Amino acid sequence: MNITPELVDYVSILSRLKLEPEEKARMTGELEQIIGYMDILNQLDTTDIEPMSHTFPVKNVLREDEVVPSFPREALLAGAPVPDDEAYLVPKTVE
Amino acid sequence: MSLSDLTALELGAKIKAGEVSVPEATRAALDAIEAKNAENNAFITVLNNRAMAEAEEIQKKISAGELTSPLAGVPLAIKDNICTKGVKTTCASKILGDFQPPYNATLTEKIHAIGGVVLGKLNMDEFAMGSTSETSYYGATRNPWDLSRVPGGSSGGAAAAVAARECWYAIGSDTGGSIRQPASYCGVTGIKPTYGTVSRYGLIAYASSLDQIGPLARTAEDCAAILDAIQGKDPRDGTSLDVPVGGLLSGLSGDLTGMKIGIPVDCFGDGLDGEVSQKVLAAAEVLKERGAEVEEFRLPIMEYVVPAYYIIAAAEASSNLSRFDGVKYGWRAEGYSDLTELYNKTRTEGFGTEVKRRILLGTFVLSSGYYDAYYRKALQVKAVIKEAFDRAFEKYDLLLMPVAPTTAPKLGESLSDPLKMYLSDIYTVSVNLAGLPGVSIPCGLDSKGLPVGAQLIGPALGEGKVLNAAHAYQQETDFHKLRPTQKGGAE
Repeated sequence: MNITPELVDYVSILSRLKLEPEEKARMTGELEQIIGYMDILNQLDTTDIEPMSHTFPVKNVLREDEVVPSFPREALLAGAPVPDDEAYLVPKTVE
Repeated sequence: MSLSDLTALELGAKIKAGEVSVPEATRAALDAIEAKNAENNAFITVLNNRAMAEAEEIQKKISAGELTSPLAGVPLAIKDNICTKGVKTTCASKILGDFQPPYNATLTEKIHAIGGVVLGKLNMDEFAMGSTSETSYYGATRNPWDLSRVPGGSSGGAAAAVAARECWYAIGSDTGGSIRQPASYCGVTGIKPTYGTVSRYGLIAYASSLDQIGPLARTAEDCAAILDAIQGKDPRDGTSLDVPVGGLLSGLSGDLTGMKIGIPVDCFGDGLDGEVSQKVLAAAEVLKERGAEVEEFRLPIMEYVVPAYYIIAAAEASSNLSRFDGVKYGWRAEGYSDLTELYNKTRTEGFGTEVKRRILLGTFVLSSGYYDAYYRKALQVKAVIKEAFDRAFEKYDLLLMPVAPTTAPKLGESLSDPLKMYLSDIYTVSVNLAGLPGVSIPCGLDSKGLPVGAQLIGPALGEGKVLNAAHAYQQETDFHKLRPTQKGGAE
């Protein structure tokens, strides 16, 4: 698998990361090496094998539909970088 | 014998008998941390006053007969990716530098319920991504056996703190070996329990299908007592298993008569250090003397476990870490003009290199056009790996293999070559992929004076068997009693 700087740019955009040129060059080389190594999996024939997400078949985990108190708003806003009295503040997103 | 040489259960018994007070034990631990942390950097946060206040309260409850756990009053420390209400939980990252969780992890509640005194929060690789504890934003942890070496990772602070006698036990987490490998490098006992038996509620997620909380301590007995306290179904973790738990400590007989132990020869080939190989195989002889039948067998999956693990773990990490955006909690970068720039700057400046590498890798394997070739393929390989273990456990009660290919490397050696560091996880990651319990026990020192660990792996929910074999081994050997001087070499 050939990892190009363009592919790293594309994946960076999806990841919401902005790499400096030097870091991008380094990551491109390292990702090529790592992903190249992962191609070893192609040696294993997995035709007809069902992909396994979870090891144990735990399904439909439900809880009782009971009303419980929500977290107090102040406690949650206390940890926000830029809150006001009732909301998280971000730059204007809709003109 | 000084207090610090006691096991957690021995200290618990002395506290119960009134021979040692909880504040006295807590003071001794805080003094040890004060003396050693500047050198080994095992702790990110030390809770001096809070721990002493907690100790006084717990002592009252023990005296009043309200706390009866065999670990009541025993001081411990918790890895910094497990939420502690009102106490900084940084995940060793800049992006969570000031994060004070508004809630406790289920683990933290369970520790409070048995009367554990929390001494502080332990250093680790950033977001538990790493095998050396060097990727911490708060500086690398150093191995108490040789301060020029790494303690392993990602629960490196946990292993170092237990080894350096700064606490009687520690709680870590293991996604691909992060309890067992540092336990091995630091000469302590650490177990990754069966997936789903310890609640992950309040554990900051790295790879949710693999993450599992577990203890690091001096002995298998201590680990059994800790698991008895922290395992159990939790409605707040949908993946937690509704199975009977408890009774591990009382179930330790040390009797291995008739137990069948398989040694996968595929784990003793190229890439394994000769001294490590010899020590682990010597451990098999000890188990034999205790009545176990030991046999070699083939486990022909080893070349696939590291790629499958890193694809799945990175994929889940890229998704889990998308929540860190500088809006709801944690750190926010300065100098942005719109929302996208706020996200980009916060994440780019807030995450370290290894975290970014795994986010990029995970995003790649999940991206359109590559999903089937990498992510789906890895999930199929996971099924093959699980099947290989299932077949092994039809014949054997336990498997014995190394924890890591070498003893602890020097600081700085691993970070320069990420692929090489990933490959060093070869003996631990398959256990996470298959959801199994695995323990690391000290089995000797190499010629450099560094601890070697042996790994015992059991079938799902086989913690009892795993710990019983580890306990039998520790009844026969003294390797778990060796202590580092923090200047290098054993005392």
